[in-house]
Amino acid sequence: MTDTVKIKIDGIEVKLEKNASILDAAKQLNIKIPTLCHHEDLCVAGNCRVCVVEQEGVHNLVPSCSTPALDGMIIHTMTPKVRKARKDLIALLVSEHNTQCTTCYRSKNCELQDLAAEYNIDNEVYLSVLKPSKVDRSSWSIEKDDSKCIRCQRCVRTCAELQHVNALDVAYRGKDMKISTFMDLHMNEVVCVNCGQCIIHCPTGALTERRYYDNIWDAIGDPKKHVIINTAPSVRVALGETLGFPVGTRVTKKMVTALKKIGFDAVLDTDFAADVTILEEGHELLHRLKRVFVDKEKVSLPMITSCSPGWVKFIEHMYPNYLSHLSTCKSPQQMFGALAKTYYAKKKGIDPKDIVSVAGMPCSAKKYEANRPEMKSSGYNDVDAGLTTREIGHMIKETGVDFLSLEETEFDSLMGESSGAGVIFGATGGVMEAALRTVYEVVTGREVPFKNLNITPVRGLKGVKEATIKIENCVPAFSFLEGVELKIAIAHGLINARIVMDQVEKGTSPYHFIEIMACPGGCIGGGGQPIPTNCEIRQKRIDAIYEEDANMPVRKSHEVKEVQELYRDFLKEPLGQKSHHLLHTKYTKRNRY
Amino acid sequence: MEIKALIFKLAEKYGRKRENLIPILQGVVQEERYISDEAMVEIARQLDISAAQVYGTCTFYSFLNTKPKGKYIIRVCETIVCDMRGKKEVISTLEDLLKIKIGETTHNKRFSLLKTECLGWCHKGPVMLVNDEVYTELTPEKIRNIIAKYKENIN
Amino acid sequence: MQSKLKRVDFIFSSNEESKKVLLKTFRKTREEILDELITSRLKGRGGAGFSTGMKWKFAKSEVADQKYIICNADEGEPGTFKDRKILDKALFKVLGGMAIAGKVVGANKGFIYLRGEYKFLVPQLKEGISDFHKLLKNELDFDFNIEIFLGSGSYICGEETALIESMEGKRGEPRNKPPFPTQYGYLGKPTVVNNVETLALVMMVCQVEAENFKKLGIHDSTGSKLFSISGDTPKSGIYELEFGMSLIDFVEEFGDGDTKSVQVGGASGFCVPRKKFETTTIGYKEDLDGDSLPTGGSMMLFNSSRSMYNVLHNYLEFFTNESCGQCTPCRIGCQQLLKGIKAIKRGDKSEEYLKQLLELTDTMKLTSKCGLGQSVANSFSSIVENFREEMIY
Repeated sequence: MTDTVKIKIDGIEVKLEKNASILDAAKQLNIKIPTLCHHEDLCVAGNCRVCVVEQEGVHNLVPSCSTPALDGMIIHTMTPKVRKARKDLIALLVSEHNTQCTTCYRSKNCELQDLAAEYNIDNEVYLSVLKPSKVDRSSWSIEKDDSKCIRCQRCVRTCAELQHVNALDVAYRGKDMKISTFMDLHMNEVVCVNCGQCIIHCPTGALTERRYYDNIWDAIGDPKKHVIINTAPSVRVALGETLGFPVGTRVTKKMVTALKKIGFDAVLDTDFAADVTILEEGHELLHRLKRVFVDKEKVSLPMITSCSPGWVKFIEHMYPNYLSHLSTCKSPQQMFGALAKTYYAKKKGIDPKDIVSVAGMPCSAKKYEANRPEMKSSGYNDVDAGLTTREIGHMIKETGVDFLSLEETEFDSLMGESSGAGVIFGATGGVMEAALRTVYEVVTGREVPFKNLNITPVRGLKGVKEATIKIENCVPAFSFLEGVELKIAIAHGLINARIVMDQVEKGTSPYHFIEIMACPGGCIGGGGQPIPTNCEIRQKRIDAIYEEDANMPVRKSHEVKEVQELYRDFLKEPLGQKSHHLLHTKYTKRNRY
Repeated sequence: MEIKALIFKLAEKYGRKRENLIPILQGVVQEERYISDEAMVEIARQLDISAAQVYGTCTFYSFLNTKPKGKYIIRVCETIVCDMRGKKEVISTLEDLLKIKIGETTHNKRFSLLKTECLGWCHKGPVMLVNDEVYTELTPEKIRNIIAKYKENIN
Repeated sequence: MQSKLKRVDFIFSSNEESKKVLLKTFRKTREEILDELITSRLKGRGGAGFSTGMKWKFAKSEVADQKYIICNADEGEPGTFKDRKILDKALFKVLGGMAIAGKVVGANKGFIYLRGEYKFLVPQLKEGISDFHKLLKNELDFDFNIEIFLGSGSYICGEETALIESMEGKRGEPRNKPPFPTQYGYLGKPTVVNNVETLALVMMVCQVEAENFKKLGIHDSTGSKLFSISGDTPKSGIYELEFGMSLIDFVEEFGDGDTKSVQVGGASGFCVPRKKFETTTIGYKEDLDGDSLPTGGSMMLFNSSRSMYNVLHNYLEFFTNESCGQCTPCRIGCQQLLKGIKAIKRGDKSEEYLKQLLELTDTMKLTSKCGLGQSVANSFSSIVENFREEMIY
């Protein structure tokens, strides 16, 4: 048997690997076949049927997504029979849909709307079979509007295959079939971790982030308020996609300009807090290692990162007995918030009650995180609102500025300076790499032994990555680590988190330190990022992140001047009393089922 | 039996893999007439799948009720041949006798009245199921006797 | 008048004879049995009509550590009740068919997927299976274990891949095909799913041999067929008849003298009006001239007192509820058809809208994922086209 097959599509012959689908074949030829339930991140469903094509010798149409290309097949993608059926299917979906597109958040970024426009669907063809439903706005992060659901099950497959959370499943059957939580409970009452992967895999406006930017416009308009925003590393490599730039364009400085035009009083950098996170978390790791190696205490190892609020809620639900493995460090967003209303307020001489602290994030879980009861260590809400990259894109569009030709501006100070280590937090493996750049140097007095500080083994899109770093020639204070082989792992996407956590649960985890990010690819693939997000797009955003890092004058967290000042003038030392109060947190056991 | 103990017993009997889910759900329905949210969560725990998956499966099948039902679940066949042979009269007789409408359960939780698809007795319609028992060639008179029997049958 | 229909008496014939047949068959090789079956041209009696021999051949050719034989007893097609009676009266033949399938395919595990509505049969089935296991062990030294899997009230689970999903503890949503169950079935293993009647007829082929089996019926529609007869007929019940009968002969025998139409194959089958009785034959399409209708055996007769609108309405409500809901054409299409005929009847939509709905059934037939959505068109178009006035006035 050969490993390749030859088929003919629209008269053109194409050679394919065995097991490829007709859809794959068409893609290879740049023939566009419309799809709705298909997403390259997910297994094939074959539900929506809009990708049907005609196969010679077969009476019924065949779905191109789920039909394997077999040698000698002759396929036609655009016969009158295909077109008519396809148009009918789209019209059916429209008849079940809430077609108030003008007021939909996903308008102009909706796959059903696009198809309905391409095929010029007449809304009057069929009677409406839209079911009455209520929009679920119970969650801080995710809004679920069944009236816009086309039942493609992309969210269900995302929640199962990428995240292994299974908060959403299909319920009922026939005309009543719908996407549902357990017992149709509100999203905030179930095991949803708010990662928002369902949002970026949803073809329509059925799943969106809860939006808070109207409140921000109000605050900006209030002269008494000092409104600041900090933007996460992943925002700057993805925001351009919503505003006309090609995928993978770095728009950091244009973004700063645009946010200033919106009227933020200061545009600051979450990367600053990421660098602080590295100092705190790096020292926490060393502290744990010391207790193990020197004091021979029983300490929870591996230590696991806690930057990703989706991951944090996941472990709280799924592995509640292993919360002691989580670093006690807050995420950069929350560190930033706590410092904004204390350190920043003090330095700037602003009453913290007048500060509105906004976080621009690639994430939907950050909205939930900002509202966790633990996150008020400044005495106020440390973070007043978390906005997604998409929301920021909308705000910029509202201003009417021509983003493409916008001049460039640097971040404001204070808390606007950062290192390349802070930037790479956005990509899977980035927190690990940033931590190693600092920890290795603290322990040995030397830079990490990688060319240009690029720790390549921790980079890339492999689901679970691991590496071992041998520690030699330590400075005296860390002589207990002499010769230790530091074992690390990185997992992204919660299905991969399960793999490393199952090891922890079994007691077989060989690692000292694990980085886990809820979203595939890390924050650049976050639930708050521009839609679409797929493998190719994730890779381009990652490339941009490392490019941004390579171009930074400072590449290591502990070398950032503003960070050093923060410790000198305010926090005193990592893991100190003030840090403990402002920058560290506790976790909550939750139900797994 | 306490619901957790029942589910544990069923999981021991059938196994804890996904393919054992439906027999377990049927076992719960057999005892309780319906699968409560507490039961679904407990089944999810036993099988280590999500509660939403249990719920999604239950709601697919007509016999896996997720709402409380009476001790005797009456299902009247509504397919065409039974319809032609007097389904409407069967339903109105039952509604009169039980003083409930289709879809409802009597206050004393003794009877639930439901419609169902073809029961496979078209040559002897109209028919109904009471729990697992089939009653064919129904007439108002026959129905009154059947219901009387179940009303008497306290245990 | 002499009936033109040929009665057959196999399925409900003595089970003693069947035991001898089973012992005799087990002395043959797998290949010999398979050849016999393919030669007999026995086709699946669930309604789809796929060659049973070929199905077994595919499963036999797969290399796997485990294979399964599933007896599909999820008889849910409106107007069908033959499988219940087979299980009740001729269980041995079904179990025999399963064991032969197990031998040919190389499977040592069988299931009977019994619809929940037939739960009352379980005790007697269990007893029959237990006796059968003893026979296999003691007289054939064949390791083959049969279990009952009880359904929970879902018509679509009669579709073989939905049935498998259901057995795996999931929602009964049909799978994409390919891969077919013979390649990737229950728990991912090669699986043969055969209808109750098909398995019983395997015993008939083994008993009378392929050449004699083929003498019954016409062309590729060989053998006998059980018909579940109901509706406006003085003779409702189950009848075993030769395949390939003409509908006019059928109506002469079973009609009440005023037969307006016959629904062949249940809600998912076709409605044949009086004017087409003469030209319609019951058998598989590809090998017959004129109108020919395959069927799982449901024959519902309607006389002139019946409203065909009510009949269609009843079917559409059935499909709307029993569609699994996963694919667009079936989930929404069924709702549109039901809502559409109501709107036309009320006068909210014009007569023209029927044309739109008929076109919709074309789309459903061409694009639905499984037989349910594909076959809604059958009853819809045959009723609407033949009884148009009843739909409008």
